[in-house]
Amino acid sequence: MSRYTPPEQSKTGQIFDIVVVVVAIFVALWLPLKLGLAGAAKSIDALDAKTWEALGQNPTMASIWEKLGYTPETAHDVIQNRFHYVIDWPTLVVMAVVLIGYFVFLFRASDREYRDVINEKFDDK
Amino acid sequence: MTAAAETTTIHGDRVSLLRVLGPAHVWALGVGIVLVGEFTGWNFSADKGGTLAALIVCWVVGLLYTSVAMIDSEVTSTVAAAGGQYAQAKHIVGPLMAFNVALFLVFAYTMLEVSDAILLGDTIVAKAGVDGLTHNSFIAATIVVLAWLNYRGVLMTLNVNFVITAIAYVSIIILFFSVSPWTQGAVLKLNELVTPGNALPYGWIGVIAAFQFGIWYYLGIEGTTQAAEEVRSPARSLPYGTMAGMITLLIAAAMTWYVCASLMPWEYLGITPYPLWDAGKLTGSPLLENLLFVATLLAAIASANGCINDAARAWFSLGRDRYLPSWFSAVHPKYRTPYRSILFLLPIALAFAFIADLNQAITFSILSGVLQYTFMSINIMMFRKKWPLGTIRRGYTHPFHPLPAIVLFCLCVVTFFAIFLGFGSQLIAMIAFYFLISVWFHFYRYKFVRRGDQFSMPWPKPQGY
Repeated sequence: MSRYTPPEQSKTGQIFDIVVVVVAIFVALWLPLKLGLAGAAKSIDALDAKTWEALGQNPTMASIWEKLGYTPETAHDVIQNRFHYVIDWPTLVVMAVVLIGYFVFLFRASDREYRDVINEKFDDK
Repeated sequence: MTAAAETTTIHGDRVSLLRVLGPAHVWALGVGIVLVGEFTGWNFSADKGGTLAALIVCWVVGLLYTSVAMIDSEVTSTVAAAGGQYAQAKHIVGPLMAFNVALFLVFAYTMLEVSDAILLGDTIVAKAGVDGLTHNSFIAATIVVLAWLNYRGVLMTLNVNFVITAIAYVSIIILFFSVSPWTQGAVLKLNELVTPGNALPYGWIGVIAAFQFGIWYYLGIEGTTQAAEEVRSPARSLPYGTMAGMITLLIAAAMTWYVCASLMPWEYLGITPYPLWDAGKLTGSPLLENLLFVATLLAAIASANGCINDAARAWFSLGRDRYLPSWFSAVHPKYRTPYRSILFLLPIALAFAFIADLNQAITFSILSGVLQYTFMSINIMMFRKKWPLGTIRRGYTHPFHPLPAIVLFCLCVVTFFAIFLGFGSQLIAMIAFYFLISVWFHFYRYKFVRRGDQFSMPWPKPQGY
């Protein structure tokens, strides 16, 4: 197999590639934050009676909350702020397809490139 | 040791990284990165599923990471090159996978560094208790000073890490033995805080959800492999340092859970940014409170320090192999560090430290980490298939193959589901990013890569090729 000689990349090309990578990083990580898509669904299950008993806290727990500077009123939103786990099946299926598709592409395309590497490396000998 | 002997020569006459590190540095790099997980982050798993869920994932995720450490020790002791898992992927799976793995590493470590800086800033602000004081200046100072330290040299960086990691670890042990762990009722009140009614407030779905932050107990231990090209004896130091680090962390995680779960209600434990510092406060001892405050800062610094080291080396490797512009592959002529990579990643870390909160930065890091572990479980299977035992010299051979790989893969699937329960959109966005950047690499960037040069190990041709 003939040895592959890659083209030399110009300085402008190198800068362009760096910009592409940086933009991609910020779009992938920053955009979901900006759009408020990151973060689990928690909501406060409000109680009328704001006492340690109503909040499900025994005397030991209540004493620790007080040591931490909380009252039943201020602890209410912390204690009653709960997750509500609901499995959104269509989103789960989309996630699974995206994930599996990504890994399949990764391994297949890698294998094609890997064969070139192995052929050039070992056919040279 | 002479200067010539300290210099690795595998890259010809180019200025290269120095072989100056021993097993203690490997331990410090791994544990230094991870130990901050005991000081913050792991406790968010209690928020997800309750205190008992946090304990269950502590051990089950411990199993995941034991598998990671076993697999990593075998592959890295055989493929000893900077970039760690990146170099493994390059030799075993192929260039595109290597490119992705390096990005997993860079994101996991850079976002972990961001989390560390946020923790440090928040802890100082909370301690100061001054109205109007924000964490921004502390975050910026942490990231910039540590980047400078890394710029100046790896040996000094990891010597600093060894000392501060050891102090932070000892503080957990001091806290543990100061609260009379063998007796309940005096200081610790586990039976009254974790009851049948609140141990698993969301049932088993909460336990699954807790996997997301359970990863934080140990995330980053695999970073030991990044030092592969700078350790004096990779075949001995890497497995030894990694496995010792994992044992250290399992002990620290168990002690941390026990003390924290016995001192605060799960609703508070699940949201506090500094559970061990709070535990110190709740003992009523000013000495312990101050010790844990200092240890929280030191753990954050050690972790951020190690993360800069690892992320820069992964990025450097991408430049050296021309997967990214070769400008990044420069080694500092005096300090022998990948200085351009260190400087390039600095503003990215700063930017995310200011736009993300602790919870989100941790999740970014976890996402890339779990993608990497999924790769590792498949990678070891391919490694054993392409070069069965006996065909090449391995520094270490892990036992029970393929059980650790299967366990690791299954636990990664569970963790993906856990992330879906809280950050499904983020996961899809990140995968979309990795997919698009992979298309860019495969169809455009790869043309700049030399083919045969990618395979630098003195191994025979892989079986099946």
